[in-house]
Amino acid sequence: MLLDVALLVALSLTLLTALSVVVLSLVWIERKFLGRIQMRMGPMHVGPFGLLQPVADAIKLMAKEDLLSSWVDRVIYWVAPLVVFVPVLMIWVTIPVARDLVIRNLDLGLFYIIAFSVLSIVGLVAAGWASSNKYAVLGGFRAAAQLVSYEIPLILAVLGVAMLAQSMNLVQVVNEQNVWVYALIQPLGLVIFFIAGLAELGRTPFDIHPAESEVVGGPFVEYSGAHWSVFFLAEYINTFAIAALTVLLYFGGWLFPGLPGDVPIISLAVFLAKTYLVILVIFWIRGTYPRLRIDQLMSLGWKVLVPLAFVNILMTGAYLFYGWPAWVLSLLSVAVLAATVWGLSKAMRTAPRPEVTVRIYNPTSEAGHAG
Amino acid sequence: MVDVSVESQSEGQLDTVQMLVNMGPQHPSTHGVFRMVLMVDGERIVDVEPHIGYLHRGSEKLCEGEIYAQIVTLFDRLDYISNLNNEMAFCRAVEKLMSLEVPERAEYVRVILCELNRVASHLLFFGTFGIDAGAMTPIMYAFRDREKIQSMFEAVTGARMMHNYIRIGGVKNDVPDDFRQRMTALIGELRQGIDEADRLLSFGEIFLARSKGIGVIAPERAIAYGASGPTLRASGVPMDVRKDAPYSIYDRFDFGIPIGEKGDSWDRFYVRVEEMRQSLSIIEQALRDMPEGPTITPTRLVLRPPQGEVYVRGENPRGEIGVYLVSNGADRPYRVKVRPPSFCNLMAIRELLLNTYVADAVVILGSLDIVLGEVDR
Amino acid sequence: MVERHRPGHTTPQAAVALDEKGQALERLLPDVLARFNPELGAAVDLVTATVNPSDVAEACLTLRDSPECRFDYLTCLCVVDYEEHLQVVYHLYSTTHKHMMVLKANVSPEQAVVPTVTSVWVGADWFERESHDLFGVTFDGHPNLAPLLLYEGFEGYPGRRNFEMPEYAEW
Repeated sequence: MLLDVALLVALSLTLLTALSVVVLSLVWIERKFLGRIQMRMGPMHVGPFGLLQPVADAIKLMAKEDLLSSWVDRVIYWVAPLVVFVPVLMIWVTIPVARDLVIRNLDLGLFYIIAFSVLSIVGLVAAGWASSNKYAVLGGFRAAAQLVSYEIPLILAVLGVAMLAQSMNLVQVVNEQNVWVYALIQPLGLVIFFIAGLAELGRTPFDIHPAESEVVGGPFVEYSGAHWSVFFLAEYINTFAIAALTVLLYFGGWLFPGLPGDVPIISLAVFLAKTYLVILVIFWIRGTYPRLRIDQLMSLGWKVLVPLAFVNILMTGAYLFYGWPAWVLSLLSVAVLAATVWGLSKAMRTAPRPEVTVRIYNPTSEAGHAG
Repeated sequence: MVDVSVESQSEGQLDTVQMLVNMGPQHPSTHGVFRMVLMVDGERIVDVEPHIGYLHRGSEKLCEGEIYAQIVTLFDRLDYISNLNNEMAFCRAVEKLMSLEVPERAEYVRVILCELNRVASHLLFFGTFGIDAGAMTPIMYAFRDREKIQSMFEAVTGARMMHNYIRIGGVKNDVPDDFRQRMTALIGELRQGIDEADRLLSFGEIFLARSKGIGVIAPERAIAYGASGPTLRASGVPMDVRKDAPYSIYDRFDFGIPIGEKGDSWDRFYVRVEEMRQSLSIIEQALRDMPEGPTITPTRLVLRPPQGEVYVRGENPRGEIGVYLVSNGADRPYRVKVRPPSFCNLMAIRELLLNTYVADAVVILGSLDIVLGEVDR
Repeated sequence: MVERHRPGHTTPQAAVALDEKGQALERLLPDVLARFNPELGAAVDLVTATVNPSDVAEACLTLRDSPECRFDYLTCLCVVDYEEHLQVVYHLYSTTHKHMMVLKANVSPEQAVVPTVTSVWVGADWFERESHDLFGVTFDGHPNLAPLLLYEGFEGYPGRRNFEMPEYAEW
């Protein structure tokens, strides 16, 4: 009994340390990678290749004064970061990083993860409300609307995977992918999951609740120092979690053709490599796209992703019921995806592309040639 | 906690409350110290009250106490993104009042630098507009090229921002010896850079969704508001002082004026992108034709223009600048009035923002491309 | 504002040189503005017309709507303080005919009231508020003459020439 508790504590501490290291690495990668995208060097001066920059950032954040506006609702204000942080940490209890490297391999792992990740919304809204700042309120409600809406396509996409694997146990889900990864069988599910995941994270192009240029940081606007860094930590751990789930659910987790799936160290390396690749894609998107507007985001969620997720489930159900070969489902998925993209582009545009409404007017040369 | 109780409007079942949001003077997307008091119903803006004047330095009054040569520096500080265009407007006013001839070479240097300044200004707009829409990379592309222009300015004028280079009667000094080849290289790099930045931002699906059809202003309304420059041209009015009343040597160049057709934020954005290309073509033509010769008509340091009043118009990157100069024959102007383009463009903000979303407010304000230094003067 | 005239010099006048459009306007304006008894003149290259302050709004409306003039664009509105009187100056432009003119109205500094032209051009709104701020000219009928550039409760009219500039001490 005592040994169990001690083990659990030790494991939790290991997890926390590992995640902190992961967050530091993510911060460094993000700054370096975004820097490269933007033709900059990124951090250069703290340590070799700026490797110690995240550490310096962390020290700065911890040393910063924790400002407190006199109007805030103190209890909620102090509790909100924890409400965001704890669920984010809790889901890692059941995320396996290799076949045997998992704290508790729950049979309802997926269910558990979804149940916990929804809790963070409360923290964001509470932070927005308690900050007693109108931008924070706007940001908090944006967060509520956005996260609640995108929870649904996310869950429905995950359901498709659970149907394929006939299990909610993540280790089981990965083991089922030893022939074909689900990204190939169910590309539609992957796209839905990834988009909804980005929205859950509040990352570009869905960074609507912390939108710097609109609501100046949203729910976090009044936070500073250590409390702000708790939100920051939660955001990055969450990013890592979504990337890890993408890898586990759709890219075969720690499995790689030709490599043994039962040697922990190799498994871990494969898993991390895949996860960091997904993370790079997330950062790449961040460096490329502008931000959607809240109503566009909502209509994308409710009018496109939710119906698509149902179509995905229906197709998966039919596939399982009639026992089709796997390529039928992937073909169907790709077809639905293509049809959606085509339909969306028809719906969003009124004229054929490129819609250049600007022309060059030159009264001296012949009457205005097209630009 | 948050004081949202402004006016409770119960519509049937749900009791909604409108909230007063004070956007600015310290807000990342108000481009300076501009303040809008927004009344929002959720995310929708139902009322706007713009407030300016946070940067009012009394420039026009200050001009009355300086001799003419000193005023050029004050004009640098009006629209601090396009200093050379401002200097040129003031110098032209004095020259017109005194019927002072400007040497041919000086005119060419002025036009080249003013057009270069226009490109620099629009590049800044390009970057900040991307930021307003939530894209963080375009500004890096824009600033890469803007930096080269600034270095060019530094080589010619000795300063990166407050040049004080265009003087009454010409320009301060001749351009460096290798000016022509450096400019040719620079134009090539700028062309490439603008194309690159254009490909990155202008036709992205999300960017189009964020700016197409947002903040539409009809041509008649734009004219009634006195809007000018790209803001007016985006509505389809081909009004450009360089064409309508060619000043300096603008009538010698072949260039077009980009006009939009919808008058929305995207048109205002893309008109500027196209304008950069046109400006580069003007610079190329000017470089080709630039004659040798003196660069300034010698004048007394303390000028005493004849008694009278003069109004000159010039095309700034942001629109039409006007300088109304009243002289009573003394060594200081009797009255200087600047007609700032951003001031008039900004006046339309209330009409543009009503019934849009908070997120659109940022994009629309960004698309007007204001500089508070000249709005408040 | 110290003015330094050189003693014994008569100040020269700026040369007037109207271009074609200006000359056409010069011929045209007496008819268009006949009702308002304008005092026509020229400033370097622009035709000027001075009318009674009370007629400004109507004159502007006439200038905007008459087909030969079509001054649909208010370029600039400003006030010049000539000490014995304040002059409200309107620079008008036509986007169709591409010509320009100056409309002026003299008011006394004590009784500085001019009808608003916001109903003619919406764009006059902030210009009039600014002039009210800095010169104390009241624009009769303006919807909202709240301070624009100055803060609420600012004393005096800093644009006027008799405004005492506050002395700043070295620090």
